[in-house]
Formats: sequence, structure tokens, C-alpha cells
Amino acid sequence: MLKQCEGSQAIAEVVAMCRPEVICAYPITPQTHIVETLSSIVKAGRLKPCEFINVESEFGALSVAIGASAMGARAYTATASQGILFMAEAVYNAAGLGLPMVMTVGNRSIGAPINIWNDHTDSMSMRDAGWIQLYAHDNQEAADLHIQAFRLGEALSLPVMVCVDGFILTHAYDRIDVPTQEQVDTYLSPYEPQQVLDPDNPVTIGAMVGPEAFTEVRYLAHHKQLQALELIPALAAEFKATFGRDSGGLLHTYRTDDADTIVCALGSVNGTIRDVVDDMRGQGVRIGSVSLCTYRPFPSEALRTAMGHARRVITIEKSLSVGIGGNVSHNLRMALPDPATRVHTVIAGLGGRPITRASLKRVFAQAIAGTLQPLTFLDLNTQVIERQLERERAVRRSGPAAEAILRDIGINGAAQPEGNPT
Amino acid sequence: MFQVRIHGRGGQGVVTGAELLSVAAFLEGRWAQAFPSFGSERMGAPVMAFCRIDDKEIRAREPVTQPDAVIIQDPTLLQQSSVFEGLAPNGWVLINSGRTIQQLGIARSLEKIPGVHVSIVPATELALKHIGRPVPNAVLLGGLCAAASVLKLDSVEAAIRQKFRPDLADRNIAAARAAFSLVTAQPLPEGAIHAQAV
Repeated sequence: MLKQCEGSQAIAEVVAMCRPEVICAYPITPQTHIVETLSSIVKAGRLKPCEFINVESEFGALSVAIGASAMGARAYTATASQGILFMAEAVYNAAGLGLPMVMTVGNRSIGAPINIWNDHTDSMSMRDAGWIQLYAHDNQEAADLHIQAFRLGEALSLPVMVCVDGFILTHAYDRIDVPTQEQVDTYLSPYEPQQVLDPDNPVTIGAMVGPEAFTEVRYLAHHKQLQALELIPALAAEFKATFGRDSGGLLHTYRTDDADTIVCALGSVNGTIRDVVDDMRGQGVRIGSVSLCTYRPFPSEALRTAMGHARRVITIEKSLSVGIGGNVSHNLRMALPDPATRVHTVIAGLGGRPITRASLKRVFAQAIAGTLQPLTFLDLNTQVIERQLERERAVRRSGPAAEAILRDIGINGAAQPEGNPT
Repeated sequence: MFQVRIHGRGGQGVVTGAELLSVAAFLEGRWAQAFPSFGSERMGAPVMAFCRIDDKEIRAREPVTQPDAVIIQDPTLLQQSSVFEGLAPNGWVLINSGRTIQQLGIARSLEKIPGVHVSIVPATELALKHIGRPVPNAVLLGGLCAAASVLKLDSVEAAIRQKFRPDLADRNIAAARAAFSLVTAQPLPEGAIHAQAV
């Protein structure tokens, strides 16, 4: 049924339809509305059987999810930003133990400097933890991906992270086709665990593994992710058959067939990119875009098929791999068949800086004209950078940089920046 | 596409105002996207929220920088920030105040916007009268329906009914209707900027 609602509410409603038996979460902006809504659903008795467990921290949240999953329960949690760092050890454990669960990440930057706004630094920090990582390009997909995530994770006995742009999607009111319980039940059967802690049939989960077998266990983790590359498109196709719409899968192409310039990005910025693609197509530019839905496992072959013919590729990346540049472009370069294809990394939207159509159009045009550097920071204020570097050259004790920059641009550390940080 | 930017302060229901607009548009079968500006969700802090309305899917996720309409829920913001920034020519301004443009000291700013339509509604007063609390958000949406006719008042009323419990919805609707009547009673000539307080 079509509904105009907040992204977080839609996610919570759909997660509840997936019938999780344990929900454990510690609230953190911008994930809060999701778990608040789920807690009221559980309290109202609309989701049974389900235990909503208030925990003392994010480490506790994911540890409870691990315990619940090991006991054979369908488990769900959600987090963001510093929260995912605080649970980092458990993030690796959940994947290493092969315990399925679904975790929403309301994508947010990581401090310092402290910043509550959107970028992808949080989930990117866990890209190598062994979880499957899916990125939603709009709120419809954000809701839909959760249904597919439970199915996928349980099929492979792996945890799945559904990454949803904080604020930009979690706090936006959009038109969303909310599925029926019957549709979800048709698509998602009750959880049948591959491994379970059962007093009648005791097993050990989490034994110490030495050098004689550690590589083999890790290899199997990689093997599972490769299986996911096959399963994800199949589950998306089945989703379409049940729910009647395209959601999920490895990637979405947009006007790429005859494109010699292809833009690639994760998440909600893809909507803005498509508007720019249409605009530039109207001016005769052969440009298209790829929205990467599955980031782990990395769909190298699907990307080769979608983008292999492009003369130049531009990645728009909401996280910075400090000291090198982009995570997506780094992976993408490995996937492209022709080493001569130019790959431009554009770091954009850090800490919630708006990514505007005007700025995107400008860098795309620069790439086509051959004037864009391999690594660019969108809308970087170079004068601010120069002045800070000058202050640091001038005196040894130049003090903390972030605070000096805030003073420089006329923002007292306690005040809010003017303009909208979405 | 019709884009609205709402300025107010934390606690005035700025975000709810944008949400109600998007629901009203949705109920008319249109596409709508509403979202807040974030970070200053404290009582009294300046807050903005946005709403885009279109007849097709809205894909862009950038903030609204060139609104067709600006709603100012708190007139003290008129002096503090550039609330009219980016307003489209022939756009609409709706201000919650009982004072005139001259008294508010904004005539010069408004003169820079060609063809701007200005309506001033004492929304807080209307809210206190009908709702019993100084919440001007739904009231001003009634005013917007009269001024810009981008949405039907019926749709805004239906959105209010979805959002609030019945007695509160009734009172918000009564206040929104009062604002609608006030703005309708004093239609402005095209491009008039010397609107009176209504």
C-alpha cells in the first residue's frame, strides 16, 4: 500500500513484518527513529514473539544479537557512526562465526571532529569485516532491502548490513509502497539455522583456531561472499516477482548503454546523479550512471559488464580513505578490463555537506574536458586550507586545526552552520 | 516542481509542517519529499525544513536553495538570517506576524525579489485561540493554500487528520481555515509586495 512516511518508519514497519524474534539496540543519531518505532511496535504487541532488549551500549547490542542468532533466533539491530566503532569487535565476530542477522546502519560520519551528519565513513570502516553490505539508493529500496537481507543472510548464514543514508533518507518523508504481511511471509520463511546452541545436541561455537586451520576458515568466509554474488541477483528477481518492483540486486544501471562517461556511487546521491545525467543527456553528452547496491561482496563482473565500455569513470564517494583517496574507485579499478580507462575519484558529501546538481555537473564536465584530477574533493574551500596551513607554518603552537578553521569561517564552535547540512 | 522552505524555531513544529505538506501532496496523488535541516533540534534554535512537490518521482536529494515559497514561522528570524535567500521570482512569502511589512522592516529585502507575493498571518494568535498552544505550523499551511494554491485546503486538512488525534486535528483545522479565510479575504495583485497584515 502506498504511504507517505518517514524513511525510518518504513524501515521499522518492514523489519517488523520480517518477524525478528530479538531486537536489541542502543539509540544513536540518526538511527534512533528506527528503533524507537520498533520498540513501540513490540510494546503494542503487534510483533509476537519478539523480545526488545534495551542494552547498555552498541557492543552490548551486537553481542546480544550474536547470542540470539546462535540460539536460533532471527535477530535485528541498528546503529550508526561511533556506535559501529564501539561494536567493532563484535562486528567481526558475527561474520567470523557465520551467524546471520540484519543490522541497519543509518550512515553518519565518524569523529573527530564530532559531526552527526551523513557520510559513509562508518559502514566503510567495516567493509572488510565479512558482512554483506547493501546500500539503499532511496527509501523504497531501504525498506525493501531489509526483507531481502534476512533471506540472504539466513540462506548463507552470514550477517548483512543495510546501509541507509542518515538524515537524507532516514529523516525524509517519501512515497513508499509498504508491503503486506502476506507478501513478506511468502518471500521470507521462518529462520532455519545452520548452527544452533542446543542443550540436547551440544556444540561449541567460537573455538580457538590456530595457524593450521585459520586460513581455511577465512577462505570459506570469502567463498560465502562469492556465493552471495550469485544469490543476490536471484533474490532480487524473486523479490520482483513477489512484490512487483525492482529493488536490490548487485547494481542499477541508468542510461549506460551508449555512455562513454559513467558515474558510480553508493546510496542516495544516485538520485541527484540521475537528474544530472538527464540534464547532460539533454545537451547531447553521452553520460550514464551506476548505483552500486552491493558493495560487499564487490560485484566486479557485473561492473565490468555495466561499465567496461566507458572511456572514463567517475566515482562519487562519501568516505575518504585517508592517504590514498577512494574505496570504491580503488575496487572499481580492479574490475575494469582496460587499464587505460580513466578513473576519477570525487570525494563528496563528507560530514553532511550537500552534494548539489550544480557541483556534480561541473565535475562531470571537467572530467569530460580532461581537466579533472584523478582525486578531487567536491566544493573544497582551498582558501580555508591555505590559511590554516599558513597558520601552522607561522607558529609551532598553532593549536587545534578544526577550531581554528571554525573561527576563520566565522562560526563559533558552539554555533550551528548556516544552510542545510543534508 | 514546487519547492517550499520553512523557517522556524525548535518546538514550533517546523519539521511537522513540512511533513504535513508532503502528506497533503501525496493525498492529491502527487509525489512529495519532505526533510528537515538537522543538528539544531533544540527548543528555540533556528530550524529549517523543506518540501518538494511534483507530478513525477523526485530523485534529487540536495537541500532546497531556490524555493518557490518561504514560510517564516517566527518573525524574529527575519532579522537573523537570510530567510528570503534564493526565493524564486514571483515566489510566495508567508510570515507569522500581526505586524506589517514596514513594521517588520523587510520592505527593502522584499523589493529585491521580482514579483514576490507576501502574506502576513497572525498564526500564533490563531493557534492560541483555536488550539490553545503557540504552534503556528498547520495554521500557516492553511494560509499557504490560500496564497499559492499549490495544494487544496481539503488535502492539508486530511493530512492534519492523519497526523493528530481527532480533537487536536479539529482544532488545528479550525485554525488553518481561519488563516485560509484571512489570506483569501485580501487577495494581492500579481507582484504586489506591499501586502498588509491580514
